Amino acid sequence: MNPGETIFDIGKPGRRASAQAPAAGDAPDLPASCLRANAPRLPEVSELQAVRHYTNLSARNFSIDNQFYPLGSCTMKYNPRGAHRAASLPGFLNRHPLAPESASQGFLACLYDLQETLKHVTGMAAVSLTPMAGAQGEFAGVAMIRAWHDARGDDGREEILVPTAAHGTNPATAVMCGYRVREVAVGADGDMDMAALKAALGEKTAGIMLTNPSTCGVFERRIREIADAVHAAGGLLYYDGANLNAILGNVRPGDMGFDVAHLNLHKTFATPHGGGGPGAGPVGVGERLVPHIPTPVVARDGDRYRWVDNDQIPGSIGRLSAFMGNAGILLRALAYARMLGREGMRRVGEYATLNANYLMVRLADAGFELAYPERRASHEFIITFRNEAKTLGVTAMDFAKRLLDYGFHAPTTYFPLLVAECFLIEPTETETKEELDAFVDAMVRIRAEAETDPERVKTAPHTLPVSRLDDVKAARELDLTYSFGEH
Amino acid sequence: MLTSIGAPSIDALFDEIEPALKTSHFDGIDEGVDEMTMIQEMAERARRDEAGPCFTGAGCYDHHIPAAVWDIAARGEFMTAYTPYQAEASQGTLQLIYEYQTMITGLTAMDVSNASVYDGGSALGEAVLMAVRANRAHPSNKTGGPRRIAVAGACHPHYVDATTNITRNQGIELVPTGTTDGRVDLDALTGMTGDRMPVAVIVQQPNFLGLIEPVDEIADWASANGVLVIAVVNPTSLALLRPPGEWGANGADIACGDGQPLGIPMASGGPSFGFLCTRSSLVRQLPGRLVGRTVDRHDQPGFTLTLQAREQHIRRGKARSNICTNQGLLVTAATIYLAIVGATGLSRVASRCHERTRKLVGTLTGVNGVRSHFAGPYFHEHVIDVGQPADRVADAVAELGIVGGLPLGRYFPDLRNCLLVCATEKRTDADIARFGDALQQVLNG
Repeated sequence: MNPGETIFDIGKPGRRASAQAPAAGDAPDLPASCLRANAPRLPEVSELQAVRHYTNLSARNFSIDNQFYPLGSCTMKYNPRGAHRAASLPGFLNRHPLAPESASQGFLACLYDLQETLKHVTGMAAVSLTPMAGAQGEFAGVAMIRAWHDARGDDGREEILVPTAAHGTNPATAVMCGYRVREVAVGADGDMDMAALKAALGEKTAGIMLTNPSTCGVFERRIREIADAVHAAGGLLYYDGANLNAILGNVRPGDMGFDVAHLNLHKTFATPHGGGGPGAGPVGVGERLVPHIPTPVVARDGDRYRWVDNDQIPGSIGRLSAFMGNAGILLRALAYARMLGREGMRRVGEYATLNANYLMVRLADAGFELAYPERRASHEFIITFRNEAKTLGVTAMDFAKRLLDYGFHAPTTYFPLLVAECFLIEPTETETKEELDAFVDAMVRIRAEAETDPERVKTAPHTLPVSRLDDVKAARELDLTYSFGEH
Repeated sequence: MLTSIGAPSIDALFDEIEPALKTSHFDGIDEGVDEMTMIQEMAERARRDEAGPCFTGAGCYDHHIPAAVWDIAARGEFMTAYTPYQAEASQGTLQLIYEYQTMITGLTAMDVSNASVYDGGSALGEAVLMAVRANRAHPSNKTGGPRRIAVAGACHPHYVDATTNITRNQGIELVPTGTTDGRVDLDALTGMTGDRMPVAVIVQQPNFLGLIEPVDEIADWASANGVLVIAVVNPTSLALLRPPGEWGANGADIACGDGQPLGIPMASGGPSFGFLCTRSSLVRQLPGRLVGRTVDRHDQPGFTLTLQAREQHIRRGKARSNICTNQGLLVTAATIYLAIVGATGLSRVASRCHERTRKLVGTLTGVNGVRSHFAGPYFHEHVIDVGQPADRVADAVAELGIVGGLPLGRYFPDLRNCLLVCATEKRTDADIARFGDALQQVLNG
């Protein structure tokens, strides 16, 4: 296909896939005033043209199925096809979301099992599966914290504490729930600055949002001390499950003292990322927040399963989606959990940690600078290119783009914000040692290029369908839809 | 590997975690099984939910999906890719989203679209937050009073619930106008004057009860009073019905809805995707991801995420929304669906659904004791009164293998004898006759 050639460019007026249109019916029994005057501008192509166009487009993507994808904090592990097959069984695919309970017992049983599994995984008292993504799980978590304070008449608490290393969704979520954000500094060792935390805590504190292991790629060692201090101040603790893969089967948020935790099923439970979604962000809660969990949830009476809705949980923060969240993702996560079992889950956390520590040591031995050299890696770790940027003029972004030429997806760049010129690298447990070694070799070769031929690195990528794109032009001269007749 | 690390065991890699935190409570989870066994277990459960023909809609519709749609969408290159932050390595996903943005703005006759949000319910929540930001001239921004959003007529109750729950902590209040004969009470809406003037008005077309709302009158009233119009629409219906961009003299300001009818299986309601479109002048108020066309270093065309300065990973506590996700895989399916069926195919699907539903209503109202509850035109859903509590009737019909519509008493107590029914292009004459026979058997023995 030609560069930038869209489905609209390859159409011809009147062309269509004749197998894909039911016979024309009678004129509609609708008032003329409510009818559409002009047909919408949609592609006019044959079925083969459409199939070929989108198959060719798919070849312009990196994906887990094609490449090592060590994106820090994203947990790009293998997505087992068996889970996809299970969720695609006809009885699941064809079930209407509002079908009677009597015709939904199989689906409800699956949801119930997943709720129970995630209760054990998080060490929580109850689980609601409805949040449709991590950010919605965060929203549910903080909205529950708010509901708990409100229910007690404790309405002077206006602040949510967030560490400076946190994901951007954390502060954005706190604001969506009507709170002010107060940032807490992270110390030089990657752990929270306890003096800063204690100075920030007080009668205005509604709660704190934490990721553990943190986005610095290290385990927050004083977590129980933090939990005690926040609880003593009258606040609650929210656990961002972005990094749960590191400790799956070994350590649980509930045992650390958290009151609510969300899980990213598209990370820890291996559901596919789909080029940006769907995900799922179930929430687990401790006893205090059980009266506020989002609906619907599933209950079991003997061998019969039923929906539980707001009428039975009057303090619930309510429904967050039209139906039952991303139901198909929940089925995939259950299938994955069923195949792993308890030993498999423990292995996930262990091998993810092993792979990360191995890759970290290999890169450090090869001369790359670690952000936290005294620490163990969790399932991910940070290296910084501040020296390369200063002495060679080659930035983390340049290394990232050049890695694409070597057939590796780039790690997360420039996050967390508090480490300059950084890569956050997460290999996951499903990669082999050979793949990790090949990545180290590529990194070493790119640094050699940066020393001898820096332009080669600074102008990368060179082997992809496009070279480096003009982001400034994209934002200044917005072109968000195809202009018919102008190309 | 441990030797390279210099650690004696994998356990040693966890030595920064205090031993008391290591869980010993994992026994509630069973041992794992192989793929074959897992599939067998899941298949046994899936079989229990296999049902006969589906006559329930209410936001999720049983349309035909061309075989090619998921053969292509489920390719690993689409399914197992991440968000396209590394644009050069994601041109497939990025170009596809650009084509999607073009198709969905074509359908809705709006100027711009984002790359999608979670679903129709949460899309309405984001639309409301967006309207509040966009309508800076509204007096409530000066007084600090509650920001009222009018809900005109019968909007999907689950959408209203989700929107209320997503927006309530930001001083936003949804105010239903009530209905007359299943449609908006226009006097109640236009009576919202002075301090009660809303920031925006939500109107669903066709509405939750399947009826056609007077969208031109609503849009023109809103436009004359500085109230933004949020349209909730069904994408299939837009092949037949006038799109939101052409409502009244000036069109709607924001259009949203659920993309499920465009090639996505019902699958218990998710995942699908929410679409969110607006005017060019409001593009910076749009939450979520946007794809723009640009050029590369060699002046070749290419695609990239753009206007990211609006988003949470840059603006953090000052972001428009905390949303990151676009439901990329479902947008992939919908884009392929729209490319394959085209305008002609979609129009045929829409008119066939309309024709099938009229046939269904004719058959069901021929059963003794059943009548049409609301007069007036409808698209592909309609409310029928079965003369006795409809939840029991729906259960009894389900026993006969038919998913026979949504009982409405749970949402509207005065409609407790009513079912909301729907027929898509997939429902055959035989399916419709079978539903009629089942209803006859349940009601009249």
